[in-house]
Amino acid sequence: MANATVATETIRASEAAHFGALAREWWDPKGSSAMLHKLNPVRLGFIRDAVDFHWGGDTAGVRPLAGKRALDIGCGAGLLCEPLARLGAAVTGVDAAAESIAVARDHAAGGGLAIDYRAGELAAQALGRFDLVTSMEVIEHVADKPAFIAELARHLAPGGLMVLSTPNRTPQAKLLLVEAAERIGMVPRGTHHWADFVTPDELLELLADAGLAMGEPMGIAFSPMKGLHLSTGDLSLNYIVTATAQG
Amino acid sequence: MSDGHMSDRRDLLILGGGLVGMTLALAAARKGMSSHVVDMADPASLTADGFDGRASAISTASWNLFTNIGLADRLEPHGCPIDAIAVLDQLKPGRIDFRPEPHEGSLGRMYSNRELRLALFGAAREEPLIAWHAPAKVVERVRDEHRVSARLEDGTMLEASLMIAAEGRRSPTREDAGIKLAHWDYSHRAMIAGLDHEKPHGNVAWEIFYPAGPFALLPMLDGPDGRHRSALVWTVAEKDAAGVLALSERAFLAECYKRMGDLFGELSLNSRVSSYPLSYQRAAHITEKRLALVGDAAHGIHPIAGQGLNLGLRDVGALVEVLADGMRIGLDPGDAQILARYEKWRSVDNFTVAAATDAITRLFGMPGRIPSAIRRFGMGGVQRLSPLKKFFMDEARGMSGALPELLRA
Repeated sequence: MANATVATETIRASEAAHFGALAREWWDPKGSSAMLHKLNPVRLGFIRDAVDFHWGGDTAGVRPLAGKRALDIGCGAGLLCEPLARLGAAVTGVDAAAESIAVARDHAAGGGLAIDYRAGELAAQALGRFDLVTSMEVIEHVADKPAFIAELARHLAPGGLMVLSTPNRTPQAKLLLVEAAERIGMVPRGTHHWADFVTPDELLELLADAGLAMGEPMGIAFSPMKGLHLSTGDLSLNYIVTATAQG
Repeated sequence: MSDGHMSDRRDLLILGGGLVGMTLALAAARKGMSSHVVDMADPASLTADGFDGRASAISTASWNLFTNIGLADRLEPHGCPIDAIAVLDQLKPGRIDFRPEPHEGSLGRMYSNRELRLALFGAAREEPLIAWHAPAKVVERVRDEHRVSARLEDGTMLEASLMIAAEGRRSPTREDAGIKLAHWDYSHRAMIAGLDHEKPHGNVAWEIFYPAGPFALLPMLDGPDGRHRSALVWTVAEKDAAGVLALSERAFLAECYKRMGDLFGELSLNSRVSSYPLSYQRAAHITEKRLALVGDAAHGIHPIAGQGLNLGLRDVGALVEVLADGMRIGLDPGDAQILARYEKWRSVDNFTVAAATDAITRLFGMPGRIPSAIRRFGMGGVQRLSPLKKFFMDEARGMSGALPELLRA
């Protein structure tokens, strides 16, 4: 049911401004995005396994996405785009905050990575289709979730793979992400609005409405000993899923 | 070596191409990582016979690493297995032997550092992923947000994603980074030399205790002339060290003979005599922005039985594993998350190092209490052997979980 003519504004102006203001510190592993830096290896590990499973490549190789096109929506300053580029993909990153995109361009150029960064609404970019479509910690920030998912689906090439992550709408997530983490400064204040969080069941529905089948969700859990890690049992905080075309 | 222009960017810039640095380069290459390796010394002089008498005990874990990077065939013929350790209180009767049961695993094997270098350097020359710059002096190091670089004296610029300090105890890269060092000095020195001797050693390592410290003989393979060989590690008080080093060869051998009696018959030297302070040092932290310390640059322990190398090779195993894991998920080799994992992993080994250091302190730092040390050996050799066994044998008791994959069989 992906609707290719979606014109809904999916980006909240206040959200874009919030993240734009954080852009300068985005690449500082000890700055206000420290949590994202710690989260990055965890979600990249999931993506790597999903890529190997989906395309059946050499699990030890360092360029499993060679020859593939990847699109990251809500790419921020490129924390995910850069690893995807190193894994061999031709990467396009889209973000609503122009400040973030400016930082992302600078950083990629500094590291010698060719990444196509676009600021603004995804629908306005005329980007075509991609083998891999990712959107990490974004759907909880968008106003019209069905329109957003439909837009993602529209950019997925036949046989392609989508990976999404988002906080769960649970008391634990509210306590940890919205209350504690923001208050002690681990996550910048105003990053999360709990009522906008999506449960795995709701995400499954949203994806199904866009013609996509959701894979088994994997929790991104936290423990003092292991830090942030993937967990098959604990989806209470944050979770990450694959989606592919139905049927 | 090229002149002045920027060379190709590589994954790793390894400063210090000795045993640890070159093993790292080879292990990284086996995982597909490219490197620049820079060393001040001329490889030809480092591998000349008689350059030094240093020898290293290669633990099972270290042997696994050499095997996993394809060096086993080169190294196999040159190692002397340690079948047993014999302990004496001076030359008094009452020898205690420690000979491990088969299930206790090997005590390791002895290698001259020269043979290790020959094998590593030979493999490095054949490895296209290693660009080896030696002898070459680094005159400037830069680490910024996107890259690291080193400028050599001849103007060559070398560029990479991660800088690794592998220059040993006095690492200029570590000092350049302003990393603080904890340092203990036990005011003793170890005299190191290669001994040729008339009688065979029977693959036995000897520890002969004197008030100033142990006089240790570690079994080596026979020399090219068929003479039997052992590596000597003789601990003397700092105040006596200069005098011992000033001795003529004849006088030095006479002192040795006094301490080991006719155990091995007639003696001669097959290397110069060098000396190392009995000390322990540890960097306050072993990573910085796009920088990792390995080996003695991170932690130097007294060269008792060559244990420092085994510890350094654990650094190598851990660093290569976190790098390979990180690059597999697309992270830059200099990524702060990769380095954080290395720092955390190696700090766990602090336990082991601290235990070893403590054992060394107790053994070396208490003149006149040798009989109690001997009694400790008598109790299954456990106390005395803790620095040896800890590294020689596979890490049991939960520590095995922390052993890098490259160091497993």
